[in-house]
Amino acid sequence: MKKVLLSVLLTATASTSQAFAVDKSLKGEVKLDGSSTVFPIAEAAAEEFQKEYPNVRVTVGVSGTGGGMKKYTVGEIDIANASRKMKDEEAKKATENKIETIELPIANDGIAVVVNPKNTFVKSLTLTQLKALWEPGSKVKTWKDLDPSFPADPVKLYGPGADSGTFDFFTEHVMGTARLSRSDYIASEDDNVLVTGVSKDKNALGYFGFAYFVENAKVIRDIPIVGKDGVAITPSAETIEKGTYSLARPLMIYVNKKSAQRPEVKAFVSFMLKNAGKLSKEVGYVPLKEAIYTDAIKKFDAAMSGKASH
Amino acid sequence: MNPIEGTIDSQSKSETAAGVKAGVAAGDEAALHPMFHNPRKLRLFKERFFYGSILLATLCALGFLFYLLFSIGAQGWEHLDMDFINNFPSRKPAQAGFKSAIWGTVWLGGMTLIFSVFFGVGAALYLQELSPKNRFTSSIQVSISTLAGVPSIIYGMLGLGIFVRFMGMGRSVLAGSLTLSLLIIPVIIIASREALKAVPDSMRMASFALGATRWQTVRDHVLPAAVPGIATGVILAMARAMGEAAPLIMLGALTYVAFVPSGPLDPFTAMPIQIFNWTSRPQEAFHDLASTGIIVLLGFLMLCNSVAIFIRLRWGRKL
Repeated sequence: MKKVLLSVLLTATASTSQAFAVDKSLKGEVKLDGSSTVFPIAEAAAEEFQKEYPNVRVTVGVSGTGGGMKKYTVGEIDIANASRKMKDEEAKKATENKIETIELPIANDGIAVVVNPKNTFVKSLTLTQLKALWEPGSKVKTWKDLDPSFPADPVKLYGPGADSGTFDFFTEHVMGTARLSRSDYIASEDDNVLVTGVSKDKNALGYFGFAYFVENAKVIRDIPIVGKDGVAITPSAETIEKGTYSLARPLMIYVNKKSAQRPEVKAFVSFMLKNAGKLSKEVGYVPLKEAIYTDAIKKFDAAMSGKASH
Repeated sequence: MNPIEGTIDSQSKSETAAGVKAGVAAGDEAALHPMFHNPRKLRLFKERFFYGSILLATLCALGFLFYLLFSIGAQGWEHLDMDFINNFPSRKPAQAGFKSAIWGTVWLGGMTLIFSVFFGVGAALYLQELSPKNRFTSSIQVSISTLAGVPSIIYGMLGLGIFVRFMGMGRSVLAGSLTLSLLIIPVIIIASREALKAVPDSMRMASFALGATRWQTVRDHVLPAAVPGIATGVILAMARAMGEAAPLIMLGALTYVAFVPSGPLDPFTAMPIQIFNWTSRPQEAFHDLASTGIIVLLGFLMLCNSVAIFIRLRWGRKL
């Protein structure tokens, strides 16, 4: 009862009362930039971290995964937020600039494939069908081209633009090669535009981050995806965490090892890993398994102590 | 009856009188041509048509504006309180505020104002009052007009290359305000030159005749007379700069900042960036917050414009 009362009190006066130790001695700046998908988690971590360490300035930019990597690999920022793995050429550039990297998982996200609720004939899609639909020079113009039992209405496609990590991941997993896609679809970097598009067009099909589907489940319908084992799986927190949903992806942060020598960056990364599960759930993502966070903390600590003994 | 209608009516009355006079003067010719009265009717019809279409244009513009204001107001009104102004952004929409964005824009605006007035008005003075009129200065004039039409994102790229990277300012208030200054300096130069052109030459001549130097003439007579026009141009340009998101995003301005900048080299965020971020979030509550942000930004711009009107009235009366 006391606990409930306390938590009510806390939410009521969250800005003034703090239930945890406040450390004012730690000072400095922690710079994050990158994926807009990872942004809500980074923002949440920065917000909570600064309650405990009010004199550390944590800033988060949104330049997209690729844009963040560009800044990261030249050493302009301490931590890169990414909704895909670092590419080889990015890793090479980082090495050229003498930047050592620690790769850490932060949360899970799924890519939802959605249609208009008026579309009731599509029950599920296989990865092969998705490939036929989205590959460059695709011959699929009507739903019937995809499956003879579907009506002969034209397919209208909606998807993210080429700067998005979602685009990179989707094309890599569906096409087998990253960034390979047909280009005659309506593209937007703003997922809300895609949601609105699909919700207003009964022939539409689109793909974007799972969190955008959850918030708009009333106006769009998600399509179960048939995985490699032949079972159609609906995206959900559970299937994404387990990895049974084919289009689940890890969200990561890339930490500059040299930056992490600074106590404020080190404290922030540890804080983020400890709280990522709780915070990612709060902002609409799927937390990783507890063990993965424990491993990530171990990996980070090991990397740091390894560096110290050099 | 509104004043515009009044004028139109009195105009058409005097026109009728003129028409009658013309008719009398034309005399027999009018009698020979039965069609004589029709062109006058046609002219009156054209007059009414013109009046109607500009009224319609005005109503359309106002209609869209009020629709926009109403829909934003309805969506954002609820969150508009002191918490919104005093809180930093948050993952929880109920606690999220606009503080770092407001102060970021104030910093950005203040510094942009200093740079752009200094360089903009300075360049206009040189070009209008001091420079020789030759092919070189007229080519500068053409370039400035062209620069005024360059898309703002290009200035963002320029700022990223020059201020952020080459000059090593980082993503600071200084780099941001210099970039925005570049964006609006051409507009300020053009507006200031128009204002300076409008100052009658007799004023300059009188000043020179009394033995004043060129600098004294400009400082004491030409510039004060041009202030209302210059101020209007500057404020309109500033309002544009304050509403820009594209060049700042290109520059790599930050999205989550939970402190107020304390110096020109501090990182910052700005109102349009925060609004843009909130509109792209999946949760509806953040979209409402974006509307609240738009209300605050509009209020800020209206404040700027009223300062411009104040300056214009004040200085206008003095002369």
